[in-house]
Amino acid sequence: MFKGQTYAGDSFYEFLSKDHPDLLPKWAGTNWTEISFMHGTTVLAIVCKDGVLMAGDRLATEGHAVGTRDLEKVFRIDEACMMAIAGAAGPAVEMVRMFQLELEHFEKLDGQPLTFEGKANRLSFLLRQNLPAAMQGLVVMPIFAGYDHDKGRGRIYKFDITGGRFREADYYATGSGGKDARGSLKKVLRHEDLSRAEVIEAAVEALLDAADEDRATGGIDVVRGIFPTTKIATRSGVEDVADDELRRVYEGIIARRRGRE
Amino acid sequence: MSAPFYVSPEQWYQDKAEYARKGIARGKPIVALEYDTGIVIMAENRSATLRKIAEIYDRIAFGGVGKLDEYENLRKAGVRYADMRGYSFSREDVAGKSLANEYSTVLGSVFTREMKSLEVEILVVEIHDRGTVSCAYAGRRMSTRTLTLTINGERHEVQAETHTSLLDVIRGGWSAGMPLRDAARLGRRALAGSGNGAAIDDLDERNLEIAILDRMRRGRTFKRIGAEESRSLLSG
Repeated sequence: MFKGQTYAGDSFYEFLSKDHPDLLPKWAGTNWTEISFMHGTTVLAIVCKDGVLMAGDRLATEGHAVGTRDLEKVFRIDEACMMAIAGAAGPAVEMVRMFQLELEHFEKLDGQPLTFEGKANRLSFLLRQNLPAAMQGLVVMPIFAGYDHDKGRGRIYKFDITGGRFREADYYATGSGGKDARGSLKKVLRHEDLSRAEVIEAAVEALLDAADEDRATGGIDVVRGIFPTTKIATRSGVEDVADDELRRVYEGIIARRRGRE
Repeated sequence: MSAPFYVSPEQWYQDKAEYARKGIARGKPIVALEYDTGIVIMAENRSATLRKIAEIYDRIAFGGVGKLDEYENLRKAGVRYADMRGYSFSREDVAGKSLANEYSTVLGSVFTREMKSLEVEILVVEIHDRGTVSCAYAGRRMSTRTLTLTINGERHEVQAETHTSLLDVIRGGWSAGMPLRDAARLGRRALAGSGNGAAIDDLDERNLEIAILDRMRRGRTFKRIGAEESRSLLSG
């Protein structure tokens, strides 16, 4: 209908690949493992009583150097969903943008949003498109979480680089400090119906533990006022947890740890 | 050898315009009214599944009357165009004006090149911080700072006759800065008075399609008003 439009489906990515391939990034073809680019991270998601929380540190490293101190790695995707990214910052942020547009585009063309399952599948698809680049070092490892209105609860999906999609019941963490965060969460989470305060405290504590063990994960920087990006998805939408609240939680944890030593 | 029939370009264009006009005349009008914080777009629609009003982008909405498949194609092309522009530039760079130009090019070229012209009229509305509205209909684009636009509007004489009463109702009742509630009720009265529309008592939330673009909403400002909300908006 419009000049240059031949694609007739509902996918934004496929529309660009067919009609505007020049707009898509081409990462494959270079061996990125020998080039220093921004990566290293801890991001996590925890299911709580009202939905699901997602949080991530703010540091991006380039080799042994600090790349950015206040990078956002947790994103609101739509009214009910969030995505956290670990891996190469450039392609990861690009994937977030594409994923947001993919969901919005479908919703507008089709007249209704995708189901939670459908959204997770679209992210799998985007990861599969990134596989050639991932094989050359530009790995993107997302977590997808949100409030599923059909099921009436918070849900988490983790992925591998081939686009493999796996559901997690309670919590998950990924990135270079992901394993440390998971270890921390395993000990802290004692029941399923976590309140808002409990889940925020568990997240901050896990990120502190990860930053303690992993040099590529940023801690909390009270001097610069840099706190983890923290969002909670509930029935009523995706809400940011304010820095002031995170500061209070952080100070509480530090005071408790001082008392112990 | 017999000579081919000669049809003058004027005659050919007139015939096509007449054909399109007849097709569109069967459609019911769409009304867009500015209220204090946005624009409300309303149409009589008895289908629960098919839509006449839709979201194009953050601040842009679309309305179509006439043949469903034709305005659906135009709507989808518009969504693809807007999303592609937003992706390659920025969300703020997607403007109703350039979309309206694009529509006008398409409608114009179909009209001149194809055997059959499109039997549609479309409306593109956009909100700005200071309340400007752009609109497009049937291949011609116009911008206006105010108010009240009707599709099936003044462009064609036939339409103008059909809908004079609709325009009169709006001209008589519309004032700058009116709240959504008043604007929606005025829109309903106007649609009921449009001649080929239903009676006002028959125009309730079940057969009115209502959507808004509201400046108070962040990001995607388009919102469909559901049945329940429509009822409370129009009642009393």
